[in-house]
Amino acid sequence: MGLLTELKSSISRATSSLFAGSEPKRIGIYGPPNAGKTTLANRIARDWTGDAIGPESHVPHETRRARRKENVEIKRNGKSVTIDVVDTPGVTTKVDYKEFLEHDIEKDDAVRRSREATEGVAEAMHWLREDVDGVIYVLDATEDPFTQVNTMLIGIIESQDLPVLIFANKIDLEEASVQRISNAFPQHETVPLSALEGDNMDEVYDKIAEYFG
Amino acid sequence: MPEITTDDDGEGLGDGIQIDMISAERMQDMRTMEKIRLILDGVHDGNIVILEEGLEPEEESKLIEVTMSEINPDGFTGIEIETYPGGDSGDSGFLGRLMGKDEPNKLTVIGPANRIETLHKDETLISTLITRT
Repeated sequence: MGLLTELKSSISRATSSLFAGSEPKRIGIYGPPNAGKTTLANRIARDWTGDAIGPESHVPHETRRARRKENVEIKRNGKSVTIDVVDTPGVTTKVDYKEFLEHDIEKDDAVRRSREATEGVAEAMHWLREDVDGVIYVLDATEDPFTQVNTMLIGIIESQDLPVLIFANKIDLEEASVQRISNAFPQHETVPLSALEGDNMDEVYDKIAEYFG
Repeated sequence: MPEITTDDDGEGLGDGIQIDMISAERMQDMRTMEKIRLILDGVHDGNIVILEEGLEPEEESKLIEVTMSEINPDGFTGIEIETYPGGDSGDSGFLGRLMGKDEPNKLTVIGPANRIETLHKDETLISTLITRT
């Protein structure tokens, strides 16, 4: 990016931030497939609005469209922070419909799901470039964080100068390692949690208020 | 500048696997979509593409988007791409870039998802398995 473009972009961000007033920040929940993004989005939405955002599943790419829950008001330490939660499809560089067949899905349905998944990933990338004010990056703490998708996504988020929190999800599982994620991305704060069990959600909400308030 | 070519059947030479090593110099004057087409055209032909200097984050984002649009059920299933993880980039925000502290892009390997498999990856080593089919 050229210096002038960079300067223009920074001034634009600063100006929009100054005049944003109490506009809710759009916080995108990003991460690879099956990290628990929708489970987290539902947990946040249920805790503060009583409604869910979308269906959760162990089948990858269950979320194939970005879904938004608006005006989620999170109250912390006497203050309140209002955000729009955007649950995005898991980002990947490859989609093979045959993976769906392993989950007892018929071929026609698998092909349709794979096509929708590719559209969903493209949509998620577009949201990241254009339409979010901050990012919660969700990782499965039982998995190796040194993947290309994680490296690229964190790089893209950093290049946009977006505030980012890394959530090490699934700490209720025995093989989870929060330290491995902290080591992989030492430049960002890592918050451990289990979105499924609701473990450590107090710290999660403290950090959301601190970073995105 | 000569074009990168492959043999007639687009499957590399004989039983081998074609590897295109593209210099930073070749990429430096290209627009984003020209880079993406250069990469994806090679990958569609079954080649492994190695970039001396990787893509900018915005270009990587576009590469993912274009790749997704070209996936089809009975053919192209996407790409495998590997580059080294970034280091501590705490100073690479706007001021960091203004002061010229941007990290140089790193060597990047890209191939068809059904032909390249990452065996191991950490901050200093990428180990991949490349197969013919």
